[in-house]
Amino acid sequence: MPEIRNYTLNFGPQHPAAHGVLRLVLEMDGEVVERADPHIGLLHRGTEKLAESKPYNQTIGYMDRLDYVSMMCNEHGYVMAIEKLLGCEVPLRAQYIRTMFDEITRILNHLMWLGAHGLDVGAMSMFLYCFREREDLMDCYEAVSGARMHATYYRPGGVARDLPDIMPQYTESRWRSKSNANKMNENRQGSMLDFLDDFTVRFPKLVDEYETLLTDNRIWKQRTVGIGVVTPERALQLGFTGPMLRGSGIEWDLRKKQPYEVYDKINFDIPVGTNGDSYDRYLVRVEEMRQSNSIIKQCSEWLRKNPGPILTEDHKISAPKRAEMKGDMEALIHHFKLFTEGFCLPVGDAYAAVEHPKGEFGCYIVSDGANKPYRLKVRAPGFPHLAALDEMARGHMLSDVVAIIGTQDIVFGEIDR
Amino acid sequence: MLDGLILTVVTLLKIVVVMLPLIICVAYLTLAERKVIGRMQVRVGPNRVGWKGMGQPFADMFKLMTKEVIIPTNSSRFLFLVAPILSLAPALAAWAVIPFADGWVLADLNAGLLYVLAMTSVGVYGVIIAGWASNSKYAFLGAMRSAAQIVAYEIAMGFALIGVLMVSGSLNLGDIVRAQSGGFFSWFLIPLLPLAVVYFISGVAETNRAPFDVAEGESEIVAGFHVDYSGMAFAVFFLAEYANMIMIAALTSIMFLGGWMSPIDGVGDGIHWFLIKTAFCLFLFLWFRATFPRYRYDQIMRLGWKVFIPVTIVWIAVIGVAIYYGIGPWFQIRG
Repeated sequence: MPEIRNYTLNFGPQHPAAHGVLRLVLEMDGEVVERADPHIGLLHRGTEKLAESKPYNQTIGYMDRLDYVSMMCNEHGYVMAIEKLLGCEVPLRAQYIRTMFDEITRILNHLMWLGAHGLDVGAMSMFLYCFREREDLMDCYEAVSGARMHATYYRPGGVARDLPDIMPQYTESRWRSKSNANKMNENRQGSMLDFLDDFTVRFPKLVDEYETLLTDNRIWKQRTVGIGVVTPERALQLGFTGPMLRGSGIEWDLRKKQPYEVYDKINFDIPVGTNGDSYDRYLVRVEEMRQSNSIIKQCSEWLRKNPGPILTEDHKISAPKRAEMKGDMEALIHHFKLFTEGFCLPVGDAYAAVEHPKGEFGCYIVSDGANKPYRLKVRAPGFPHLAALDEMARGHMLSDVVAIIGTQDIVFGEIDR
Repeated sequence: MLDGLILTVVTLLKIVVVMLPLIICVAYLTLAERKVIGRMQVRVGPNRVGWKGMGQPFADMFKLMTKEVIIPTNSSRFLFLVAPILSLAPALAAWAVIPFADGWVLADLNAGLLYVLAMTSVGVYGVIIAGWASNSKYAFLGAMRSAAQIVAYEIAMGFALIGVLMVSGSLNLGDIVRAQSGGFFSWFLIPLLPLAVVYFISGVAETNRAPFDVAEGESEIVAGFHVDYSGMAFAVFFLAEYANMIMIAALTSIMFLGGWMSPIDGVGDGIHWFLIKTAFCLFLFLWFRATFPRYRYDQIMRLGWKVFIPVTIVWIAVIGVAIYYGIGPWFQIRG
C-alpha cells in the first residue's frame, strides 16, 4: 500500500492573497490545512534601527511607512511617546485635530480591510466601492499635509499645519470634461471641514450599501461564520488587540480604557462581537466605521467653533514662524538648532500606545539624553495576530486560510518593520 | 463523388458561418464583461483601444499571440499542450446542434441533447489534464476541485435536462424549441422553473465562473489549473471558458426560454430573439461575478449534492405525475 503523506504548499510571498509579502508554508492534507507556518521578514526595512541614527523629528516619516494603510495613527503612537518623555503640552485644538485624523485613518484602514477581505473571499466589487470612499479621505490627507499617504503630519507638541480653508480641486483633462470636473468639485468648494461634513453625511448610507452586499449574503456568511474562531481567553493569551480582541467579545479599547487626546470628551461606543469568528470581526469593524464617522462629526463641530494654536509654543520642540525668524535672533537660532540637531529628550524611557485601527500600536523609546533614541521599539498590533495564524487556520480548508489572513487585517509594513 | 465533394464544401462553409461569429462573440464577450462589471463597480472599463475600447479584444489577442508559451520543465509536455485544445474543441463542437432559428442548425441530430451533454462534459478533461500536466501543486488542487465539482453538477444538469426531455418529448433541440411555441406562457421556464434555475446555476458552476470559480480560485490557488500557462496556450483556455459561457447561455434560452420564439405568439419569431435571450443569460453570468463572494470548495459540493440533485429529482417526479394526468397546457404527452 502506498504511503499517504501530507504535502507542503508554499503560499506566497508572491500570492494575490498574501497581503503583501507573507510567506506561508502550509502543510496540507488534501484541502485541509494541518499546519500553517508564517514566515516574516520579507519587508524588513530596519525602521527601529534607522530611528537610532536620526534626530527624533526625522523619524516621523518612517512611522507612516510602518502600517502603510493607517499612516497617521502610526505617527500618533510615536509622537505621543516623545511627548510623554518631554512632558510637553499639546494645544487642545491640535488634540481635536489628531483625534479627528485618527478616526479618518481608522475609516481608511477599515475600508482597505473590507475591500481586501472582500476580494480575498471573492466579492470583487467591494474593493472598488471601498476605494471610492477612500479616495475622499485621501484627499483630506492631501489637503492637510500635501501627501495622500505618507503624511508626516503629526509633530511632537501638535500637528504641522492648521486645517486648510480650501480643498484640492479636480481639473479638466483629456479624459474628464469640464462639466464632469465641476460636478466632482461640487462638495470641494468650502474648507476641508465642509468637505468632511459632507462626507460624514454620505458615509453611513454607503456603509449600508456595503452591508447589503455582504452582511446577509449567504455565501459571505458561509465563508466567514465559524471561521478562525478565537475564544476570549485565548485571544487575551495570544496578545490580541483591537477588533481581533473585540470580535471575541472582550471590550478593550485604549480610547476608552486609557483615553488619550480628547477621546474622553467624545461620545462613542465600542462594538464587540460574541463568537470570535471572522463574521463577528467583520461586524465589529463595520460598526467601528460608523462610530468613527460620528467621532469625526463631533470633532469637526468643535473645530469649527474653536480656533487656536495647533502646535506648542515651546520653540525648543516646534519650529518658530517664518515671520518671527526674520526679526528675532532667538527664533532664528531655534530654527537652526531644530533643523540641524533636532531636540534632545531627557534620559529615561517611555511607552505610549494608541488604539490603532488594527489594535494597540505602541512606541517604546529609550533615551540616553541625545537627540536620537538609544533604542526605539515598535509594538505592532499585527505581529501577535499573525503569530496566531497557525492556531486559527488549523483544520480549516485552504480557502479559509485566505479568509483568515483577510480577517486578521495584516499589513506587512508593521509586522516586518 | 461530386455530390460528396459539394456536401463537404457546404458543410465546411456552414461550420465557418457558425464559428466565425462565435469567435467574434467570444472576443467581444470579454470586452462586454469588463465593461459591464466596470459599470457595476463604478469605473469605466477598457476605453483606450479603438472607439470606446472596441479594439481591446484584438489588442489582448495580439499581446497573447506574441508572448512565449512557457512549458515548465517538469511538466508532461504532450499533455500540457493537448489540454487547452481538449478544452476548446468540445466547447466549439457542441455548437453543431444549436438551432439558431427554425431550421438554422448545422447538424439536426435527433439525439442533440445527449450530444450537448456529452460535449460539455468532455470539456472538463481539458481542465483536469491541464492541472495534472503542469506538475504544480496549485494547478493540481485546481484540477482536483474541478473534477469533484463537475461530477456533482453534471448530475444535477443531467436531471434538469431529463425534465426538459419529459415535457418536450424529444431530444432534438429544434423540437424542444418548437414544443415551446405559443408565447411567453408556453416556455418551459414556467412549468420547469426549479429545473431552469438548477440548470443555469449548474451551468455557471460547470463553466467555472464566479461564484463557483474554485478551480481558478484567483485569491486561493491563484489561477488553479492554468496557473502555469502563458501566451496562446492560456488564451485558448480563455476562449474555451467564454465559448462555454455562451454555450450554456444559448442552451438555457433554447431549453427554457423558448429559443427563437417571440414572447408574443407568432410575432416576429427569429434568430434575434435567440440572440436577445442568450445575451440576457450572459448578462446574468457577469452580474453574478460582480455580486457574489466565492463559495468554498466543500460548500459547492454540498450545494450540488444536497440541494440541486434532490430538487431536480423531486421535480422530475412532479412532472411525471403532471404528465400522467395531463395537467394544464404544459404537461401533455408529446412526440
